[in-house]
Amino acid sequence: MIGMSTRHILLGLLATGPSHGYDLKRRHDERFPQARPLAYGQVYTTLQRLVRDGLAEVDGIDSDGGPERTMYRSTKDGARELAAWAGEIAPPAPFVTNEIFAKVVVSILSGGDPEAYLRAQRAAHMTRMRELTAVKTARGTDLATVLSADYALNHLDADLRWMTTTAARLTTLTAEVDAG
Amino acid sequence: MSNTKGGAVPLLAARDLVKAHGRTEALRGASVELRAGEILAVTGASGSGKSTLLHCLAGIVRPDTGSVTYAGERLDRLPEKRLSELRRTEFGVVFQFGQLIPELTALDNVALPLLLAGVRRQEAWERAGEWLERFGVRGQQELRPGEMSGGQAQRTALARALVTGPKVVFADEPTGALDSLASEQVMTALTHTAREAGTAVLLITHDAQVAAYADREVRLADGTVAPLEVAA
Repeated sequence: MIGMSTRHILLGLLATGPSHGYDLKRRHDERFPQARPLAYGQVYTTLQRLVRDGLAEVDGIDSDGGPERTMYRSTKDGARELAAWAGEIAPPAPFVTNEIFAKVVVSILSGGDPEAYLRAQRAAHMTRMRELTAVKTARGTDLATVLSADYALNHLDADLRWMTTTAARLTTLTAEVDAG
Repeated sequence: MSNTKGGAVPLLAARDLVKAHGRTEALRGASVELRAGEILAVTGASGSGKSTLLHCLAGIVRPDTGSVTYAGERLDRLPEKRLSELRRTEFGVVFQFGQLIPELTALDNVALPLLLAGVRRQEAWERAGEWLERFGVRGQQELRPGEMSGGQAQRTALARALVTGPKVVFADEPTGALDSLASEQVMTALTHTAREAGTAVLLITHDAQVAAYADREVRLADGTVAPLEVAA
């Protein structure tokens, strides 16, 4: 995910109380079900960096009958950093480097069949949107999954609207070329 | 072009429909199939012929040429009396604005198709109440359409369309006048209920997020069915 900061997400999860790496990974994957699952290595590296930067600290060792696990907690600096990040606006991305856009432009330039590509891409987008809608509207779906599916659906929908407009522009363009 | 997969016999099929309004051809050879229990989205730009296709499939208008077959019967050749009987017993229709009767309460609006079909008053009210419950508007059953929100009115209209246990529900932009959350409630209620009841739905929409509630999509462009998938 563009702009997703593992560092800040872990700080956010620690804001609810001390936790260990395994638990943080599990809670991350539950909260962000559509995101790529976090690798353990990435969780531990990020936690070490948070400690190094004074944003988190070790809160003792938890064994609780099982393997020993290092517990971490957020510091005051960590809480300040999290609040600053959460309130900071994300740059409204122009997304002009998007692969779909690039393929259509290249296809036009190289005399390909952009309309056939757009049709196939539309079908693929709709299939994904149907899957996301089924996940979102299943009974008992939790809020994090609904919000995540909404986010993905709205972005796919924006792609689709652009593809529909582009297909219409291509038709007009072809008609103008033929008439000329 | 065929839209059939798996060789199942369609419940409703249109073949090569042509329909003109004056000198404008709204449909120019459209073919589409709806299988029993299937939710099919018909999408396309304004003026692509979506609503005319729905009207032909629901037996509201007759095509100029081409055929509409419902459960083995040629709908386009049926006498008006048999058509209106079919529309009353086998079909349910919902439009962008629910077209509820403004003088009647939600409960009476939903009970009306049952009363017209000869169901006794008490039973009609009970069944209407159950359907309002399914659509989450039981608490509004004494309200008149003017006193309800747009979403509540649409869910009441859906209850009315489904109360007689139709085989097919035709929905023409059922969420066209609603915001995204109300639209989600209406679509979730419609698709969950239709799937439970095994009712087929022909859903007309220009909104991809609404079309994503369906099992399948057919796109109309200039009165014909546009190719959707390209062979991999």
